[in-house]
Amino acid sequence: MALEVMAQAAAPIPLDAVFRVASGELLALVGHSGSGKTTLLRTIAGLWRPEVARVSVDGQAWLDTAAGVNLPPHRRRLGVVFQSYALFPHMTAAQNVMAAMDAPDPAEAGRILDLVNLHGLAARRPAQLSGGQQQRVALARALARRPRALLLDEPFSAVDRGTRERLYSEVIALRAHLNMPVVLVTHDVNEAQLLADRMAVIEKGRILREGTTAEVMSDAQALRAMGIREVAVMLPATIAGHDADGLTRLETAAGPLYLPAVAGRPGAGVRVRIMAHEVILSRARPEGLSAQNILAGTVMRIVPGKGPAVTVHVAVGGHEILARITRRAVEQMALAPGDPVHAILKTMSVARDHVAQAPAGQWQAE
Amino acid sequence: MDWTALFLSLRLAGWTVVILLPVSVLAGRYLAYRQFRGKGVVEALVMLPLVLPPTVFGFYLLVAFGRGSPIGQWWQEVFGSQLVFSFQGLVVASIIFNLPFAIQPAQRGFEAVATELREAAACCGLSPWRSLWKVELPLAWPGVVTAMVLTFAHTLGEFGIVLMVGGSIPGETRTIAIAIYDRVQAFDDRSAAVMSLVLVGISLFTIALTFWLSSRLGRRLS
Repeated sequence: MALEVMAQAAAPIPLDAVFRVASGELLALVGHSGSGKTTLLRTIAGLWRPEVARVSVDGQAWLDTAAGVNLPPHRRRLGVVFQSYALFPHMTAAQNVMAAMDAPDPAEAGRILDLVNLHGLAARRPAQLSGGQQQRVALARALARRPRALLLDEPFSAVDRGTRERLYSEVIALRAHLNMPVVLVTHDVNEAQLLADRMAVIEKGRILREGTTAEVMSDAQALRAMGIREVAVMLPATIAGHDADGLTRLETAAGPLYLPAVAGRPGAGVRVRIMAHEVILSRARPEGLSAQNILAGTVMRIVPGKGPAVTVHVAVGGHEILARITRRAVEQMALAPGDPVHAILKTMSVARDHVAQAPAGQWQAE
Repeated sequence: MDWTALFLSLRLAGWTVVILLPVSVLAGRYLAYRQFRGKGVVEALVMLPLVLPPTVFGFYLLVAFGRGSPIGQWWQEVFGSQLVFSFQGLVVASIIFNLPFAIQPAQRGFEAVATELREAAACCGLSPWRSLWKVELPLAWPGVVTAMVLTFAHTLGEFGIVLMVGGSIPGETRTIAIAIYDRVQAFDDRSAAVMSLVLVGISLFTIALTFWLSSRLGRRLS
């Protein structure tokens, strides 16, 4: 039960990629524009045919250039959310959703619209909906087809940041209902890390690095293509309380963590994305420091890179935090695996959209 | 007032529209979405009736439809009547000289439907025919309506080609435009004026209808 893709092409964009997405798994194809990630998505959908390619779902071939199989898009049971949503402007939200059903059923359309939090907006046309609402209709329409694979092409790029944060939470919550392979194409590494189980970094049509989100996001070499400052980890935490001065106190396995106001009730689980280049390391527990978060841990590994920087993996309370620091600093501090160390994180260095609600079920594993 | 001529013109325009409607939709859509070798030549050929002088175009049709031509002979064998100087001949000529009016606006209409919407329709499981019916036509409709209105109005008013191919046989090929010319030749200015006024009325009505239809459609989409 999986989506399997192999694609090779020389033009118009070089392509040489193989990947597999299991049912219920979300794979993010991450790359700059022109990297070929959207072309891979269009190959799966049947909107483009590379010279040599094979696309199969649960073992059934949708496209197999060697065997001469090439189902047209309408014969591939898939859901696609387009970057600009591509909603049918002459239809209401409900009609858009029903257009993707084998047997149009208004009650079912209403149920799916409820699922994406569009209750009461079924009779509106796309022009009467906000960007975020249109995005939800597009998602509802994609799900209405009961797809065997769900494809999301930069689905959050056209909405403002506040809306995007809400949509992230909704998609994370919706994951419990999605038992098909999901492919998310995005250029936003933060988005990929918040939403995806696995990631593939695409550059010039090739997969530079593929693995679990945690693996890929700790690999500075692989992320070089996306900008070196993207190395980051997701730290699970629980909201402990909201302080009067606007800070939220989170409880983590490594100790308390103070962040700028995080939405959610005390007790709610969240995941915090900690950027490695924002973390400072100190041997002694520093005092008289403005930074609010000092987490005690142990150096596990020191991974050198090509440039002057290294990635230090620090174990804090059973989790891992990464710090991008200079090779010179490592030498000055004489850091070695096994050394006790303090990871220091400025409260204000965690952006609001780098905090996501914790997913349910299997997703906790990370 | 030559009512026979008016009804003949309306009948001719009606048949032309009925036959050209599917041609307009299919050819317009094909030219809008497909890229192929010689597309420019095809588009130029479709536009040709627009630039040829009607008498020149009518002359060629007369030669092509005549009893000496393969088309004329074939028609004679199959239908047992001649194509020139007959109502059927007028319909065939009318279809040909209206091709640019029937295809061009429809093509523009289909071109206005975003590629992404057609891709979305396919990804929603709509076959090409259902996509045409449910997504493309509702959006390209103003272009198709414009095409049909232009075809209708242009058929009512065409003079040169009709005269060359059909002559002026009452009840068979004498359209209202030719009847007006006949009346003027006979110094019957009053009849000519009445018939001209009727044509003006019909033209105004069809244009008003198009505007109303497309504004209604515009409202529906916004």
